[in-house]
Amino acid sequence: MEGTAVLGRLIWRAAEVAELRPETSSVKTLVLEVAGWPGHHAGQHVDVRLTAEDGYQAQRSYSIASAANGSRVELTVERLDDGEVSPYLTEEARPGDVIELRGPIGGFFVWDPAPGGAVLLVGGGSGIVPLMAMARQRAVDGDRVPTRMLYSARAWDDVIYRDELERLGGDGLDVVYTLTREQPPDWTGYGRRVDSDLLDEVAPADLALTFVCGPTPFVEAVAEALVGLGHDPSRIKTERFGPTGG
Amino acid sequence: MPIISRGFRGRRRDDVPSDRVPPGQYVTPDFPVLSAGPTPHTPLDLWDFTIVGEVDELYRWTWEEFRALPSETFTVDIHCVTKWSKLDTVWEGVSIDTLLDGVETSAEYAVAFCDGGYTTNLPLEDLTDGKAWIAFGYDGMPLEPEHGGPARLLVPHLYFWKSAKWVRGLRLAATDEPGFWESNGYHLYGDPWKEQRYWGD
Amino acid sequence: MEKLRLDGNAAAGLLQEVFAAEVTTAVGTCDGCGAVEAVGAVHVYSAAGTVLRCPHCEAVLMKVVTDGERIWVDLRGLRMLELRV
Repeated sequence: MEGTAVLGRLIWRAAEVAELRPETSSVKTLVLEVAGWPGHHAGQHVDVRLTAEDGYQAQRSYSIASAANGSRVELTVERLDDGEVSPYLTEEARPGDVIELRGPIGGFFVWDPAPGGAVLLVGGGSGIVPLMAMARQRAVDGDRVPTRMLYSARAWDDVIYRDELERLGGDGLDVVYTLTREQPPDWTGYGRRVDSDLLDEVAPADLALTFVCGPTPFVEAVAEALVGLGHDPSRIKTERFGPTGG
Repeated sequence: MPIISRGFRGRRRDDVPSDRVPPGQYVTPDFPVLSAGPTPHTPLDLWDFTIVGEVDELYRWTWEEFRALPSETFTVDIHCVTKWSKLDTVWEGVSIDTLLDGVETSAEYAVAFCDGGYTTNLPLEDLTDGKAWIAFGYDGMPLEPEHGGPARLLVPHLYFWKSAKWVRGLRLAATDEPGFWESNGYHLYGDPWKEQRYWGD
Repeated sequence: MEKLRLDGNAAAGLLQEVFAAEVTTAVGTCDGCGAVEAVGAVHVYSAAGTVLRCPHCEAVLMKVVTDGERIWVDLRGLRMLELRV
């Protein structure tokens, strides 16, 4: 992120919903058009602000799911049953609606096109979103950095971006899944929570940089296991989403 | 001018008599957990509660001594400065009047100090005459660590940041010393009915 | 384990309001234990305000409170903060 430290204060921008794309039964991607969007780096997030007619406001942060693409910003949102903002974004919002957005925010948890070796992306649940932005940006840039993605989800139906991940595989990106709660009948992949042994098998040989994202317990367990396996803590970047990951 | 998002209503703000809900608050059935730091886990055999500072002698209770004191079950409404209020919460605890009984002091203020380093300041008169407790039970069960267990200060007539979790004692003083949040923008006193959230309110 | 703990990424927007700069890549030195970490890697707790703590010793690095118009920042727990411009 050289040269980006001095950015000035963030401003709230109008973001128009252009399209809504269901990903799973509880996850939806919002495609937003944001006039004046300055562009973003994969891994950054935005703050979303909703204002009700009586002036009541709610604000949440969401990772950007898409690679940089002009004024287009995609957010992938998981509906939390007891949520306040996610039910609106996933069930109420329609094309033409306008929400407020500010960003892009962040510089630490950001894709590095020249990491000096292989990259490991470890995502738990909705933690896969910023990692997907990284995989997409990598593909758009024609980057050949050897990248392995380890995606932990409860079940196959909870895996977001399934078809696209299949297409993105190849060109040095490979995706490994672990389904922690239930697996399809013919499943030959991992079927347990990410642990030290699993990471040891999955981590690439010349690992230079790791990104871990998801619920706090997931992130901390993975980071601790990687350090325990001898990986350099300063080359493990983490982004915690809080207890539920949403 | 913020943009209104069509169809957004926000959290359901229940209709509750306004004499129970201070201005700017909404009622929640949940009990949100908010913390300024990691949850301490002091073993009960190492726990004590002390009253120090402007006192004639140090007052100290071990956990056994503290639990042997007369305690009561009481129901109060609580109001967090982050805007949620929870009505009819049931607690079990020792009244601060019981702890201060026999304590000689000329102090007019107190600072509650806690495991983990959190502090909050209050006028002594806001802790007495049945207004405050050291609570060890919530909803019929021992107070959970994430909600301040084994024991927390409970001062329901002020914003809930004053109800310090993991409390270990009171330091009595002649002057009002701003605590963890009061020294960083939050109101020195914190009366929810006057919406005293921040400095200058 | 601290389910509610987040990290410096969660405070990035708030800190950009304070510093008018991206701060998660800035490197801070803990005044408590001397540990050096990127702000993005420190522990963040959200209560009445936002508290940034050293991931090694949990000492308070920064406290930030805002009422929407004023922001109060206590930086005493940071011995040093290095930003790139």
